[in-house]
Amino acid sequence: MVTVIDYGVGNVFSLMSSLRAVGEEAILTDEPERVPRAEKLLLPGVGAFGDAIAKLRLGGMDEAILEAVGRGVPLFGICLGMQLFFDESLEYGVHRGLGLIPGTVRPIEPEDRTLKIPHMGWNALHITQPSPILKNTREGEHVYFVHSFWADTPAENIIATSEYGMTITAAVQRENVFGTQFHPEKSGGVGLKMLRAFCDMEVRA
Amino acid sequence: MITKRIIPCLDVRDGRVVKGVNFEGLNDVSSPVELGKYYSDSGADELVFYDITASAEGRALFTDILRKVAETIFIPLTVGGGINTVDDFDRVLKCGADKVSVNSGAIRDPSLIPAAAKKYGDQCVVLSADVKRVDGRFTLLARGGRDNTGLDAIEWIKRGAENGAGEIVVNSIDTDGVKGGFDLELLDAVCSAVHVPVIASGGGGCIEDFVKLFQTLPDVDAGLAASIFHFGEVSIPELKRRLAAAGINVREVL
Repeated sequence: MVTVIDYGVGNVFSLMSSLRAVGEEAILTDEPERVPRAEKLLLPGVGAFGDAIAKLRLGGMDEAILEAVGRGVPLFGICLGMQLFFDESLEYGVHRGLGLIPGTVRPIEPEDRTLKIPHMGWNALHITQPSPILKNTREGEHVYFVHSFWADTPAENIIATSEYGMTITAAVQRENVFGTQFHPEKSGGVGLKMLRAFCDMEVRA
Repeated sequence: MITKRIIPCLDVRDGRVVKGVNFEGLNDVSSPVELGKYYSDSGADELVFYDITASAEGRALFTDILRKVAETIFIPLTVGGGINTVDDFDRVLKCGADKVSVNSGAIRDPSLIPAAAKKYGDQCVVLSADVKRVDGRFTLLARGGRDNTGLDAIEWIKRGAENGAGEIVVNSIDTDGVKGGFDLELLDAVCSAVHVPVIASGGGGCIEDFVKLFQTLPDVDAGLAASIFHFGEVSIPELKRRLAAAGINVREVL
């Protein structure tokens, strides 16, 4: 059972459908009171960092997530949901994040100026470290990205990267906190296998 | 690096795919769900569903069917046809669309693109332009190519990108249906004018046309076609193998 956090940022239709497709029971909630009972948490998100973190803090959803993670509850963030895990973001000003993973969210600035921003489309994964969420993923498999900012974090937190005129953090893990910059719910069979792997993880909490 | 995308386009009328024909292993070739799944399994990188319904009932059927497609297929979905207002964006995005394509709606109301981009982000707004040479000039057509707007098509596309369109579909009316290859001259002009992804449409008749498209114009991001995929003239797995063999970066087909 996965609890998906609904905080009014972006569309969760495909994510909920993809969880159903991998046979996982999923509930969608915007109530922080329901988070303490969650077995696993999923934080989606599309849009701007400042708006998203403000909405998460409204009503104390951020505190509820931090408390659950502290107890060992696995947390999976997707796209902007993952970016919120870091210390800060430089998207339209400076915004403080959840501080679950050290690092800064920065604009994508490839050396090759002809490359288009956002980084949008299918790109290959380079796996840099084994991780439970990548147990069904092979080196070089393609996943779907749509983003203009990336998470600059020490290599120890990175489990996969992609190349786009620079090396982009594609997936991260720090203990029980997992995240992907790409959208597993839009990455065909490769993405579904990753969600399945997260759902299959044993819970220590 | 980002792969070149292959995008089948499905015309939907009253919730059924128009011109769906003869696919082995498909029971209902006019079901958008079945055909969409077939393409997704074949390695299509994205699907475009184009609503050609005129009636309100047909529109309701379309959103219904879109929801079913989005529950079944986990690759990016673009929806076009009948998008005239920000509420139309909302209607299809709620049903699982990732991107929304505007054409005549943006010509009627030039504030549609900036308003939608502000609300949903540039990546969500696709400007689809029907272009024809009139007196030697690339000219913008409206209403599926029926009306000549008199507008310079390259200027229109450039302005659209500046106003927040995150992607451009360039449909050449001159090459559409001729199957003599994509309109490389027009596409080159568009690629020089904008810095957002460009999708080529109109004229792709065989595998070689796609190879030539991406080899000649490396700035083109995707090739879109309808009937050659629907009629089985070009199979997507074979197309991708041939593109890869020609040194063009494509997503592997599992």
